[in-house]
Amino acid sequence: MAAIVPMEQFLIHKVVPLPPISAPGIGQVDLSITNSVMFMLIAAGILCLFFAVSARRAIVPGRMQAMAEMIYGVVDGTLTGGIIGDRGRPFLPFILTLFLFIATLNILGLMPGGFTVTSQLAVTAALALMTFLMVIVVGFARNGLGFFKLFMPSGMPLPMALGVMPIELISFLVRPLTLAMRLFGNLLGGHVVTYMFASFVVGLGVFGIEGPGLAKLGLLGSGVSFAMIVALTTLEFVVAFLQAFVFAALACVYLNEVVNLDHGH
Amino acid sequence: MDHTSAKYIGAGLAMTGLIGAGAGLGILFGNYLQAAMRNPAAAASERVWLFLGMALAESMGIFGLVMGFVILFVNV
Repeated sequence: MAAIVPMEQFLIHKVVPLPPISAPGIGQVDLSITNSVMFMLIAAGILCLFFAVSARRAIVPGRMQAMAEMIYGVVDGTLTGGIIGDRGRPFLPFILTLFLFIATLNILGLMPGGFTVTSQLAVTAALALMTFLMVIVVGFARNGLGFFKLFMPSGMPLPMALGVMPIELISFLVRPLTLAMRLFGNLLGGHVVTYMFASFVVGLGVFGIEGPGLAKLGLLGSGVSFAMIVALTTLEFVVAFLQAFVFAALACVYLNEVVNLDHGH
Repeated sequence: MDHTSAKYIGAGLAMTGLIGAGAGLGILFGNYLQAAMRNPAAAASERVWLFLGMALAESMGIFGLVMGFVILFVNV
């Protein structure tokens, strides 16, 4: 029986090896096309193709255009419009890209033979850091030094506010960590659990076929595990979209705090 | 106790973080449904916050899960 190695599916290997490039100040950088990079390129290609086909600007939309308009409507209506408000319009391209890119990567990871790019902490950390830096840049650009009012709760006595400020600061600084870990953990956890149940199907099935007497019950366990895989795969499709939505929604919530800092909406 | 068994016990203990996440998700969805039954007209507008709360509650459990994986599979 094959060894059970649940983490092997997340290993990165080179698909197109390229010679290392020496970057000034960093040293040798390996820019080979790995399976992770390859699936990110595929996702970007799919999205570009999707919008190239759908953005026909017909007055009566076809199927593809209706789909693209629906996605746009959800992101505009519930995310940037619903959370940030009218001032959120400039961030719509960023949030829409974030949502579609993560969703496509998650779905590609569920395809047979696919590689889940979002189960790499480096990728999710890069996406989270990008969001975090954007929040800081927008915060300083919109409010100047008033950005620091974010850590100062209004209408609180000064001694208490001095105690709350460090807590607010820490909760602000761990945001990229929680953003990255949530996406990474959800995808990693889901795929490992599916793998474990798949290994139960084979393991218990072999045990049930070869063993005598009561060991035949293993076949029952094998069947139950198989049903579990079907259920888990369904759940993973929900999770794939939900986590992309949650990532985009949290990016909106964080942007909302700095965009509407001077007045609530 | 040898190193390997301590590792497995530690990973199992890290999974206890999921208790809190499970309870939190139950409270969250239960209260949302209760509120949605009382005032169905307002349910749709609060769904974004439901999913946000879900993500925040779930992330605590996910941190425990990641800790478990780190204990099991990271070779230091």
